[in-house]
Amino acid sequence: MNGRGDVLLRVEDLKVHFPVTEGVLMRRRVGSVKAVDGVSFELRRGETFGLVGESGCGKSTTALAILRMQEPTAGRIVFDGEDISRVDQRGLRPLRRRMQMVFQDPFGSLNPRMRVREIVGEPLKVHGVAGNRRRFRERVAELLDLVGLLPAMADRYPHQFSGGQRQRIGIARALALEPDLLICDEAVSALDVSIQAQVLNLLMDLQERLGLTYLFIAHDLSVVRHISDRIGVMYLGRIVEVAARDELFERPRHPYTEALLASVPAPDPIVEAARAHHLIAGEVPSVRNPPSGCRFHPRCPKVLGHCDRAEPLLEADGPARVACHLYADSSPAAAGAGQAGDLAV
Amino acid sequence: MTTVAAAVPDALPGRDQARWRRFTVRLFRTKPLGAAGAVVFAIFLLSGIFAGVLAPYGINETDLAHRLEPPSRQFLLGTDHLGRDLFSRVLMGARLSMIVGFCAAALATVVSIVIGVLSGYLGGWFDMLTQRLVDAWMTFPDLVLLIVIVSVVGPGITQIVIILGLLYGIAGSRIVRGAVTSVREHVYTHAAQSIGAGTFHILRRHILPNVMPVVIVLFTTRVGAVILSEAALSFLGLGVPPPAPTWGGMLSGDGRTYLYLGPWLALAPGICLTVVVYAANVFGDALRDLLDPRMRGT
Repeated sequence: MNGRGDVLLRVEDLKVHFPVTEGVLMRRRVGSVKAVDGVSFELRRGETFGLVGESGCGKSTTALAILRMQEPTAGRIVFDGEDISRVDQRGLRPLRRRMQMVFQDPFGSLNPRMRVREIVGEPLKVHGVAGNRRRFRERVAELLDLVGLLPAMADRYPHQFSGGQRQRIGIARALALEPDLLICDEAVSALDVSIQAQVLNLLMDLQERLGLTYLFIAHDLSVVRHISDRIGVMYLGRIVEVAARDELFERPRHPYTEALLASVPAPDPIVEAARAHHLIAGEVPSVRNPPSGCRFHPRCPKVLGHCDRAEPLLEADGPARVACHLYADSSPAAAGAGQAGDLAV
Repeated sequence: MTTVAAAVPDALPGRDQARWRRFTVRLFRTKPLGAAGAVVFAIFLLSGIFAGVLAPYGINETDLAHRLEPPSRQFLLGTDHLGRDLFSRVLMGARLSMIVGFCAAALATVVSIVIGVLSGYLGGWFDMLTQRLVDAWMTFPDLVLLIVIVSVVGPGITQIVIILGLLYGIAGSRIVRGAVTSVREHVYTHAAQSIGAGTFHILRRHILPNVMPVVIVLFTTRVGAVILSEAALSFLGLGVPPPAPTWGGMLSGDGRTYLYLGPWLALAPGICLTVVVYAANVFGDALRDLLDPRMRGT
């Protein structure tokens, strides 16, 4: 389009607020849970964008809003040059073919009463591209083979598989329509570590072969580090830092990112015991009533005087972008650009 | 094992037959009580169907020389105060009970599914409205409602089927709705939505199959309950009018009047009623367990 043809998905100032109501007959709106409150990022074709943050920071809600399974309150979602944030349900159908999701729970995401063939082939049937019986069976066999399962397993039921195999079935289903974007919402966090590695490697292999773009949501930093090209860190409904993977891990800028990285235990017990622990003080504040100014200021070890008043914008700092007053001076030009700043990292 | 299964072409003739045979074997092997229930129920069903052939006497054929006779070789279950053969009448009663039981339970199940699935899946104001109407309906005691409606529309087998069907159907919709609301929140339902499946597809492929265990148990227990209700109505004189030989009518009429002189008059229909209802219930439970793929051996 405008020289940005390599951007597959752009999220601009996305907000998802859930109303909190009181009263039985006369519903009054007494507030809102700001699950996602002004999130912006972009996904380039063929890359993996990792979205990390602790439970409840709005990662999954962001994913659901992109898929339009959760109505966004405000903001724009531009998929392949088209604003899809206001498209109606009918208009979403063709888009659903191009964006698919892999769910966290490999046990709950497969209908226990359907055979693997029906599960994997369901998207084909729903979109009327199943073809005749032979074609359908061949396609399902192909998909199972693609994710490393035996085509002969198509007649089995989900309960006959292990967690890792089930997740492969979920991935096969997501790939059935040859989507451009695959959203993996905690896709490996329910699996054993050894199985996690297998599934991650499968995902990376598939990306290479099929040219997929991933939005990879996780709370496990080592997993995100393994698979992502770029990483966004979320805290309380906002992105606090976006950087390329190595940049983020080697030189974290935001104090929250630093604390998050410091919380990863070292695999060596001697190193781990000797390591200084920087615990973040306090609890995660309520999203119903987030702190003023920078949302991290009540817990921030490097808090400045004006942190509780002015909200920091996501601005460029070297190769990264960070929303923190500590770095505000380094890029005065970005003022006013907001989170949707046009400086791609 | 899996490779063999994959090698077998799908359209093999008799595959359905084989499936039924496997299912029956599994029923008898893993659920002997349920299988016994099925057999007993089938016996009653068949005797109802073939009552006309099996009955040694006509149901209204009186023999005044043999009134109130205890069971004998001539009259297998004895005779009533008009000299009618009780065995023949119990057989015909089985037919009536089965007709009422199956038709009313089927109607009730359909009503429950339609109300329960729509209310549970669509949610929102539709759910709110429907459920308040169901609440209102359920505040009436069943029997009082039955008596009132039957006294207005008059007794008869069609009326009984429709009334019992609606009555149990509306009450049962609550159970179906509960199951639907739980299935609706399963991740696989969300997964279906995320691939762009429409409401009808989701209802048919995801919601219905997963509430089927509930529906099956609902249906089988309803068969028993409806037969009992019909008996209760007949007992009160509001069921299928005499001289039609319903079990409830037999219990209340001759059975009660001649309890001391001819206890067999009450015992025969009473035992039939108990056995049929019990058989339907245990079979229903067994069916629910067997239809769940998770309980199948690999």
